[in-house]
Amino acid sequence: MKITEEMYRQALEQRHGKEQQKILEGSTVGVAGLGGLGSHIAVMLARMGVGNLVLADFDTVDLTNIHRQQYTLDDVGKKKTEAILGYLKKVNPYINYRIFDGKITGENAGEIYADCQIVCEAFDQPQAKAMLIETLLERMPKLYLVTGSGMAGIGSANTMETSRPFQRLYVCGDKVSEVGEEEGLFSPRVTLCAAQEALMTVRLILGITEP
Amino acid sequence: MRVNGKEETQGAGLTLEEYLKTKGYESNRVAVELNGEIVPRSHFSETVLRQEDALEIVSFVGGG
Repeated sequence: MKITEEMYRQALEQRHGKEQQKILEGSTVGVAGLGGLGSHIAVMLARMGVGNLVLADFDTVDLTNIHRQQYTLDDVGKKKTEAILGYLKKVNPYINYRIFDGKITGENAGEIYADCQIVCEAFDQPQAKAMLIETLLERMPKLYLVTGSGMAGIGSANTMETSRPFQRLYVCGDKVSEVGEEEGLFSPRVTLCAAQEALMTVRLILGITEP
Repeated sequence: MRVNGKEETQGAGLTLEEYLKTKGYESNRVAVELNGEIVPRSHFSETVLRQEDALEIVSFVGGG
């Protein structure tokens, strides 16, 4: 069946409401990292029809990623940016995707996400999470940052929540469950945290700032 | 001063770096807001805390 952009838009409007869809379509969101959090966040944002996505990662897909990230065995060895873009274009080809294939640093983060109204932090290293927050909140006075902290293991989903420690910073997760030698990452809990970040993002886009 | 919304009797007079260390935070895993303004890590050692300050400290754990 031949699907047109207009048909696609109507389908989204039917599900989300015309007014809300217009706002989603006009918004720009960044995703920093395309691993267990970011690959799922990107897909959820694309499904919702967020019109402009800025996606960045330096890494390639590894066999040890498949257990929790939005990739398939065919993607192993490919750049994550390239692999996720292939998937996203199948989900929603009518989005303006912008890709940055490289490491996000304190020097380049401000430039990469310059057009974004919201950035979803989706790194795995806590130092990188802290770096991104410090850099973007300082340089971009209107930006909202949605982050994840505490999603390792198989602890209850009921411990995971979204908080708002700073005016423009949201943190999703249980804040304590860290990856380590005794605690691994399991698909449902990481994906849950990704969904919390995507949900907070769509709330912000539609004008709700309550966590 | 107030730290993460709670009254804190210690800390005034210390630098932010010293305070974080005293409280067991790893300074490269935290984001800090002082009186509503983000404090860059490079300023931790020169920022002296005062009694009237409101401090928010968010510490991150690994995984993603």
